[in-house]
Amino acid sequence: MSFEVDVSITRGRRRIAASFEAGPGITALFGRSGAGKTSVLDMIAGLVRPDEGRIAVDGRVLFDAAAGIDLRPEARGCGYVFQDYRLFPHMSVEGNLRYGWRMAAPDARWIAFEQVVEFLGLAGLLSARPRRLSGGEAQRVAIGRALLSGARFLLMDEPLSSLDAARREEIMRVIERIRDELALPILYVSHDRREVERLAGQIVEMD
Amino acid sequence: MALAPNSISPEEWGIIWLSLKVSGAAMVATLPVGFALAWALARGRFPGRVLLDALVHLPLVLPPVVTGWLLLLSFGAQGVVGRWLAAMGVSVMFRWTGAALAASVMALPLMVRAIRLSLESVDRRLEAAARTLGASPLRVFATITLPLALPGVLAGMVLGFARSLGEFGATITFVSNIPGETQTLPLAIYAALQVPGQEGIVTRLALISVGLSLAALVASEVLTRRMGMRAHVL
Repeated sequence: MSFEVDVSITRGRRRIAASFEAGPGITALFGRSGAGKTSVLDMIAGLVRPDEGRIAVDGRVLFDAAAGIDLRPEARGCGYVFQDYRLFPHMSVEGNLRYGWRMAAPDARWIAFEQVVEFLGLAGLLSARPRRLSGGEAQRVAIGRALLSGARFLLMDEPLSSLDAARREEIMRVIERIRDELALPILYVSHDRREVERLAGQIVEMD
Repeated sequence: MALAPNSISPEEWGIIWLSLKVSGAAMVATLPVGFALAWALARGRFPGRVLLDALVHLPLVLPPVVTGWLLLLSFGAQGVVGRWLAAMGVSVMFRWTGAALAASVMALPLMVRAIRLSLESVDRRLEAAARTLGASPLRVFATITLPLALPGVLAGMVLGFARSLGEFGATITFVSNIPGETQTLPLAIYAALQVPGQEGIVTRLALISVGLSLAALVASEVLTRRMGMRAHVL
């Protein structure tokens, strides 16, 4: 199994819970906004600690409340692609791309800088500052940055939601190629039924 | 021209130099303490945070003569810190280091304010992104938080320096008004005002004060703008 997730957390009066197992390829976490989809990604990334449960990816346990396992975010090998890109404004595109690369242990790196630049078509943008990028460009840089950090799996949080139709198509093709050519497990959060049906091999409904 | 360089006497240059030395030392000494306090106030969640905030701001609202007197009580020959320093053969009494200490205490609130604002304006979501990319908390601080907060930190230092240049009440109470040792610009102006016929000196020193303070404020404002900080520190 790529993803084995069984977690719950109580925030204020709300209880967010998710329990699913997913195979390789893209798994979509689908549901209305406010269902707690992003919280589930945050828990898998280690940014939010679940109250209870267990998380494993490709057989590697990232969190297990009963066994007292809680890997730090930097040790989870997750490539988190955010809805709002979160590029570092004080670094160039190249600086952003190389950031995770510099932080990764040498044996965790599985893709070269040049490969990522080629794969995502970033050659003309390397010296640009993030604020000069269009939404589609910024999202490609964010994806490249995640790949270069030595990610073993990707978490994508509504990566298309702030893009126009043409850019959506462009990023969707990139995601399909990551799925097909790089064979990286992807957990994909969306509230768009058509998007999910096109990309995902498996759909997990949340409400 | 009252401000032509050759109209400034060697004594007056000495006063300017002493002021810059005292303010520079105060700025450098306040920075680590100010940064630590700003960090605690911006990021810390601990009981007594509100009280700490109030204490840090106290020198801003307390009569400076009270601050000077409190320094005298703690660093004087009979003071807790003073006796401890004396045992090591150190005294700040009637020394320029004492003037720097007084300036440092008075500059602290302004520096903490500026650094705190800049730390609070750093987007925590970027720090979270850096964690997922493999950065430990310490490296997140060094590569994300500090560079993004840097203009605010520099602005805080400049403001602290400017505040130190203007320090009067706590200094004269704490280490008196000794030419060549504790007599900074404001104290020299005050001394000159006590004697008839010193209007030229007063005017020159006052103009220099205005120039230095203006330059510092402009520098701080430029740094604040570069940072895109909506909130101003003053």
